[in-house]
Amino acid sequence: MHPFSYTKVSTTREALNAGRSGGRYIAGGTTLVDLMRETVERPDTLVDISGLPLRGITVTGRGGLRIGALVRMAEAAADSKVRTTFPVISQALELSASAQLRNMATIGGNIMQRTRCAYFRDVTAACNKREPGSGCAALKGVNRTHAILGTSGDCVATHPSDAAVAFAALEARVHVLGSDGRERSIGFADFLLRPGSTPHREQAIHRGELITAVEIPVHPRPLVSGYLKVRDRQSYEFALTSAAVALHVRGGVIREARVAAGGVGTVPWKLSAVERHLIGERPSEALWTAAAARAADGARPLEHNRFKVDLLKRTVERQLRIVGGSR
Amino acid sequence: MSTELPESTVSPPTRAPFTTSRRTFIATTTLAGGAVVAGGLFVGPNALGDESAAEPPSGRVSLTVNGVRHTVMVDNRTSLLDLLREHLDLTGSKKGCNAGACGACTVLVDGQRVNSCLTLAVRLDGAEVTTIEGLADGEDLHALQQAFIDQDAFQCGFCTSGQIMSGVGCIKEGHTGSAEEIREWMSGNICRCGCYTKIVRAVDHAARGK
Ligand SMILES: Cc1cc2nc3c(=O)[nH]c(=O)nc-3n(C[C@H](O)[C@H](O)[C@H](O)COP(=O)(O)OP(=O)(O)OC[C@H]3O[C@@H](n4cnc5c(N)ncnc54)[C@H](O)[C@@H]3O)c2cc1C
Ligand code: FES
Ligand code: FES
Repeated sequence: MHPFSYTKVSTTREALNAGRSGGRYIAGGTTLVDLMRETVERPDTLVDISGLPLRGITVTGRGGLRIGALVRMAEAAADSKVRTTFPVISQALELSASAQLRNMATIGGNIMQRTRCAYFRDVTAACNKREPGSGCAALKGVNRTHAILGTSGDCVATHPSDAAVAFAALEARVHVLGSDGRERSIGFADFLLRPGSTPHREQAIHRGELITAVEIPVHPRPLVSGYLKVRDRQSYEFALTSAAVALHVRGGVIREARVAAGGVGTVPWKLSAVERHLIGERPSEALWTAAAARAADGARPLEHNRFKVDLLKRTVERQLRIVGGSR
Repeated sequence: MSTELPESTVSPPTRAPFTTSRRTFIATTTLAGGAVVAGGLFVGPNALGDESAAEPPSGRVSLTVNGVRHTVMVDNRTSLLDLLREHLDLTGSKKGCNAGACGACTVLVDGQRVNSCLTLAVRLDGAEVTTIEGLADGEDLHALQQAFIDQDAFQCGFCTSGQIMSGVGCIKEGHTGSAEEIREWMSGNICRCGCYTKIVRAVDHAARGK
């Protein structure tokens, strides 16, 4: 680990000042400390933001939900408002990492976490995300866990977050404070960036910007939702595939469908074609199968991850059935 | 009074070409129970072949470990796990992966189970830490320690302190409703010897006060 100076801030103003001078925010530290130890990350200054007052979970005026950036994963998952209004979020969180890590890690850090690609983590390997221009060892390497959607010739790493898949499905907004103190919000679809030719650019925020909250917009009620995660072992493992599904069914007809997949994309993958297939239809076994058949549209599998194409469709189909019922 | 701090025999895991092989933790002084007990050792970078002559940035932290207050100067890079093991001589917490992936280093910070390998010590000013060494009440073992013995819930024992600390957290959090629930909420602790069935039984027994 490279030496770094450390400062703890108690107001967002102090944080932004330190961020503007090049300081790196640390929240739970579960991504950052790990990557610093691997020397993938080499910040000169850590700015401890854990004391900032960004730990609330509030229902917004119109019936959405605002989760503070420093709410711990464990707290968000256990929160009764989250559990009752958006079970897909609490399920995605509880299927993430371990109880210990969820006690440490925050919602803001979670959506900022970096890929688990082994070549990214290995500073002796070629990786455009870590060292722009050095190449991508995963393209011709062991790429079983890598992405099949949203990839480029420069990077095929997945975004590892589960909660981000739920946020993508629910079309959340990320609230950030700029170093000038001005607030703005970014739609989740624009927040995480596909690699293209600049895989080192991962989020649509600028250096020093501070995430203050993730806001889930209003969705029509009743909304049934849930998260399914498929992995190499039962627990404490990242997704091979996953599906976040939220459905609003009224009068026996699906009026709103929000579906996204994890473990398969360079960013959480919104399944718009699946959503469109569901809208206006009556739930049925045949519908789940037909809609899920569109889940891997546009997929470009690599040598070792062809299995993800079928696995993704089956994951989405199963989760549609679990959430929408079988009839 | 001055105490010699032990020279570490463990080097932090390093990766060429960006890292040096020197230990990541350098503690300089310790104050325990309010009185200065140590003063002396500073493992200087030069002694270990580091190019830079400057002392690495460090910070002063006051934290309570198993009821004892310590004030220490730590190199900012020092993890709680290294502080416990290398500096405070509390070697019950184990280093398995040093990356949050095994749970052997689990301790309680302010009553919550966390991975001490991913916790920077410099962030813990004012914190209360409980390790496996602080669980028993004198000669009376904690109910979960006794349950691990009764159920024979270990083989080599390397994961055990982490399992027990995690189990204490799990019971406190109330995730012991069924064997299945215990398995899921204890999944952050890997046991290479595969003692899972008995570990689940031990947590279950302790939770139900058997
Ligand atoms: C063994 C292991 C298994 C895991 N398994 C899973 C899993 O299955 N699913 C999953 O989703 N995740 C998993 N994780 C990842 C874990 O969820 C993340 O490490 C965690 O959510 C990051 O949050 P943090 O608060 O610790 O972030 P930190 O490490 O503190 O920060 C991460 C990054 O975010 C930046 N940042 C943090 N907060 C802010 C803010 N408010 N504004 C701007 N920037 C900010 C930091 O500067 C840093 O770059 C796993 C991690 C480990 C170590
Ligand atoms: S040593 Fe901390 S989790 Fe493995
Ligand atoms: S008892 Fe050997 S690792 Fe668990």
